[in-house]
Amino acid sequence: MIPLSWYMSLSAILFAIGVCGFLTRRNLIMMFLSIELMLNAVNLNMVALSHYLDSMRGQVFTFFIITVAAAEAAIGLGIAITLYRSRKTVHVDEVNQLKG
Amino acid sequence: MFTYLFFLYCAVMIVGTGLLAITMRNPVHAVLMVLVLFFHMAGLYLILGAEFLAAVQIIVYAGAILVLYLFVLFLVSLRDEVKMDRFVTSAWLGRIISVGLAVSLISMLPTFVLGQKGHWPMAAVIKATHTKALGMEMYTSYILPFEIAGLILLIAVIGGLVLAKHDTPTTIEKS
Repeated sequence: MIPLSWYMSLSAILFAIGVCGFLTRRNLIMMFLSIELMLNAVNLNMVALSHYLDSMRGQVFTFFIITVAAAEAAIGLGIAITLYRSRKTVHVDEVNQLKG
Repeated sequence: MFTYLFFLYCAVMIVGTGLLAITMRNPVHAVLMVLVLFFHMAGLYLILGAEFLAAVQIIVYAGAILVLYLFVLFLVSLRDEVKMDRFVTSAWLGRIISVGLAVSLISMLPTFVLGQKGHWPMAAVIKATHTKALGMEMYTSYILPFEIAGLILLIAVIGGLVLAKHDTPTTIEKS
């Protein structure tokens, strides 16, 4: 039996990788991909906890998180397409109209 | 012993492909790295005894969401993307924040205490099969969230269509 802390450490590292990608990449689509990494880290944590707690609850929530991730990808990529159409760029540091 | 080796292999692959995905210059390569990551995540779900979620992970994440990402990447121009700088100017700040987050999260781990045990020990799940156990839980205790999830998907479909619809100049003039 693998210790639960291994799963949680892996999940924490993956979440930090996602945060790093979100904060460092310029491309909006890569930022959305980093959000997917973070959601996957949370999913892994939930499934591991559900396994070690003899409960189905975490896996049900993982199912819902996958649903929300699909919705988020559809809406976010729609926004990326709209942004590219109006500004001809998907780089977040070039979209600075609100900057004073 | 085999489970340990499999876990370590999956963990190394997940961390490696994750790091490659956020640093690679070409976004298409990054998406393919994330694809490999999702497959290894499904492997981890398998050793946790969640076969249905492993299948859903591959079908929904690897099969649907990543293909959507690839399509959108081809819609926006990739040609100048590979020549440009791929990080924001304050990228070092983001790296420091994420390393600090990882260190603080992992250092918190020893204080973690497991909560109350649930009603689905591994033997019961194996007896009922995992899909049936998940379905029984989802369609009884979580029927309302399940319906709300369906509504969220409907809204996402409509929102995606509305956002991606091409506005012709005539419709802009009319409005």
